[in-house]
Amino acid sequence: MLEITLFYVAATIALVATVMAMTRTNAIHALIYLIVSLLAVAVIFFLIGAPFAAALEIVIYAGAIMVLFVFVIMMLNLGERGDQQERQWLQPKIWIGPALLSMLLFVELLYVISALEGPVSATAVSAKEVGLSLFGPYVLAVEIASMLLLAGLVGSFHLGRRYLDRGDLEKEGE
Amino acid sequence: MEGLNVPLNHILLVSSLLFAIGMLGLMIRRNIIFILMSLEVMLNSAALAFVAAGAHWGQPDGQVVFMLILTVAAAEVAVGLGLVLQVQKRFKTLDMDYANRMRG
Repeated sequence: MLEITLFYVAATIALVATVMAMTRTNAIHALIYLIVSLLAVAVIFFLIGAPFAAALEIVIYAGAIMVLFVFVIMMLNLGERGDQQERQWLQPKIWIGPALLSMLLFVELLYVISALEGPVSATAVSAKEVGLSLFGPYVLAVEIASMLLLAGLVGSFHLGRRYLDRGDLEKEGE
Repeated sequence: MEGLNVPLNHILLVSSLLFAIGMLGLMIRRNIIFILMSLEVMLNSAALAFVAAGAHWGQPDGQVVFMLILTVAAAEVAVGLGLVLQVQKRFKTLDMDYANRMRG
């Protein structure tokens, strides 16, 4: 029973941290709340018997992807000016309409989910099973994922390269 | 590590709440960095739903799809943050409304 409450605590932390992340005006504060939310989701993964997914969530999401965000925010150097700009943009009259309509869709989704029955199974799915499945029936998906990563690499290199000064590019061309 | 007998619909409830919060963030924000963060939250909630469904049937497929979602998120963030730098350089602001033309 105690362990079930762990799930509800982690779920509450994830939801509260995500709401805080979405409403902050300072980008770094929002990023720290987002990291807390990802860690809470990793705890949920661990509790429902997916330890490998939990480890990947921490290493790749909370580690690598969030570090990318930190670097870009540092490069942009927004400071106090960006903070005021954000506060000015967050006017309720702009977003209240779409928020209400999507809330109606969310209530419909809740109605559908409430029809589902049963707990998640009590046995953990180990990393070995995941690996066997990944390189067995899903090997084509792995290839597609590697090609997607290559496309992301080339695209971000192209975009980031033109961010450099013209002088750097000319020096490279010589 | 033993899994717990958490009801599946409670996990799906958390997942859809996270998705709704992410979508709300996507709608109320105009700063491109916050838009990317909201997309991360939405992808993450979809991954949570997949892993929960995989755990429900005791199959590894949920975690396989989780890994594919992770790949998509990583590639999307790499390209998206490159675009952030371009937008900041070209328009001197992070407001997405300034980038509403294909050839600015």
